[in-house]
Amino acid sequence: MIVSDGAPLIELRDVHKVYGHGESEVRALDGANLRIDEGEFVSIMGPSGSGKSTALNVIGCLDSPTHGSYRFRGVEVGSLTLDQLALLRRHYLGFVFQGFNLLARTSALENVELPLVYRRVPTAERRRRAMRALAAVGLEGRETHTPAELSGGQQQRVAIARAIVTDPIVLLADEPTGNLDSARKVEIMRLLAELNVSRGITIVMVTHEDDMAAYGRRTIRFRDGRVESDTRHPSVMDAEGADGRR
Amino acid sequence: MLWTTLMMALREIRRNAMRSLLTTLGIVIGVGAVIAMVTIGQGATAKVTSDVAKMGKNLLTVMPGAARRGPTSGTAPPFTLNDANAILNEITTVAAVAPSAGQGVLAVYGNKNHNTGATGSTNGYFDVLGFEIEQGRKFTDAELQGGTPVCILGATVKRELFGAQDPLGAQIRVGKLSCQVVGVLGSKGQSTFGSDQDDFILLPLSTFHRRLAGNTDVNAIYVSATSDKVTTRTKQQLELLMRERRRLAPGQAANFMVMDTKELQQTLQGVTGALTALLGAIAGVSLLVGGIGIMNIMLVSVTERTREIGIRLAIGARAYEVLMQFLVEAVTLSVFGGIIGMLLGLGGSLAAVRALGLPFVFSPGIVALAFGFSAMVGIGFGYFPARKAARLKPIEALRHE
Repeated sequence: MIVSDGAPLIELRDVHKVYGHGESEVRALDGANLRIDEGEFVSIMGPSGSGKSTALNVIGCLDSPTHGSYRFRGVEVGSLTLDQLALLRRHYLGFVFQGFNLLARTSALENVELPLVYRRVPTAERRRRAMRALAAVGLEGRETHTPAELSGGQQQRVAIARAIVTDPIVLLADEPTGNLDSARKVEIMRLLAELNVSRGITIVMVTHEDDMAAYGRRTIRFRDGRVESDTRHPSVMDAEGADGRR
Repeated sequence: MLWTTLMMALREIRRNAMRSLLTTLGIVIGVGAVIAMVTIGQGATAKVTSDVAKMGKNLLTVMPGAARRGPTSGTAPPFTLNDANAILNEITTVAAVAPSAGQGVLAVYGNKNHNTGATGSTNGYFDVLGFEIEQGRKFTDAELQGGTPVCILGATVKRELFGAQDPLGAQIRVGKLSCQVVGVLGSKGQSTFGSDQDDFILLPLSTFHRRLAGNTDVNAIYVSATSDKVTTRTKQQLELLMRERRRLAPGQAANFMVMDTKELQQTLQGVTGALTALLGAIAGVSLLVGGIGIMNIMLVSVTERTREIGIRLAIGARAYEVLMQFLVEAVTLSVFGGIIGMLLGLGGSLAAVRALGLPFVFSPGIVALAFGFSAMVGIGFGYFPARKAARLKPIEALRHE
């Protein structure tokens, strides 16, 4: 649908996001500039209120900037209708949230199938692909479990399976390890790093922990709604072997 | 896509079984109560109307006595056969008259006896009061003129004295008179007021006068108007004629009264109408309570549903796809609940009217109204909060508290 050769995957130019009016006005983004290319694993960090989550939501088309330009593969996102934004999310983006955001009382398999339902994938193929995605996150045999029957780490894996089942170009993760204990955090981060390496999925992740950012190869720090620093670094996965396995 | 949406909606209904059940229950109660109440009320109205219609066609009753003191009290003189003839001849809107006189008698046949009433009248009695001959025949002119001892039995008297036997030709004793049974009347059943309309023996008026009463008094004249539109005019003319014949001075109180069955019918219908309105109001409250129940459940689940909408939007659903699903859910629950409520309401009222001996009156208007109202509440409160949520930015829907 949206193809523009040579343009960067994600490009924010002087993006502002203002909540409220007058005295209670909050400038969540205040002239943010950012460029991310395909295949990167970017961690966005910064103190609370620095605008890092807002930036991620703008990139994910879940929120719209007050002004400024956001281009996705060269297409100006601000010019798209709500339906076109939905289709952009449907075909190119996958989301992983801190609070998992799975449908309650709904089996893991059905949760993972949901994006495919909206893509009109036939039932049999939908099932096959959802099973494969659940296998990829190590949840074979848990297909029929509902979120309430799964641990936090398992729920986040279901959420990741749901995000990758459509083979998105970009996976957007907002503090994906925020609700997990340290052992689960490592599991989830390894999974994300592996998806980045093996499938070439671009990952943009918001985190406030340096240990998590270390799994990526680039760290962008926000302060007061702007990019404060942007550094490239090797991933901790490199020390363990290129395939990301122990 | 419609199929997928439908399947998705059905899955959501099953997934949220308790919410679905409570929503459906609200609609079931609302629809069921309204249909049951109104159907029972209308059954009662129909019963009263048909009872009054059975009393006779466009019936007016002329009785001696002042209206205030009751028909038989006081010293008001009775009528004569000539009064009845004058009514038939002088008032053009009168189709038939039946002068009648009666007294209580003991009827005896073989070893059976039965306390009943003997009524003397003419063949006009059948038409005016709406009786059919079930067995045998009416009186002949010779019998009516000559005071022949013949009689026609009301259905109750026939049953009491003869059981399953054939009464035609039998001699029975009516008070001190021995007479031959020439006919049996068809049953009219109980009147609206609970009295048995079939418990009497009909004799020719002349027979009654000469052989039972010993006088020529006529205690009541039943008059049938030519149509239901002229009963009021006929009543006025009857009053004028009878005042003249009874030589009452202008301004003098009447010593007779004319009862219009239509007025009675209207009074009774007013009562049953009020009853129906009352039942309807009670049912309306049930409908409202059911509606509020639906509303509550829908609104309580808005937070959860708003987040669900946020999730669906985030993974690429378009707003209208989400709305379609919610709409299908609401419609499915409302229609399902409406049908169950309709069946329960109709079934319940059918059982109730059977038990009360009322006719079953199906009124599609009320069914449609109850169904429509509940469906509107169900769909409205299922759909509009969803529409509000679907118009939010996905991030706002996801963060909804």
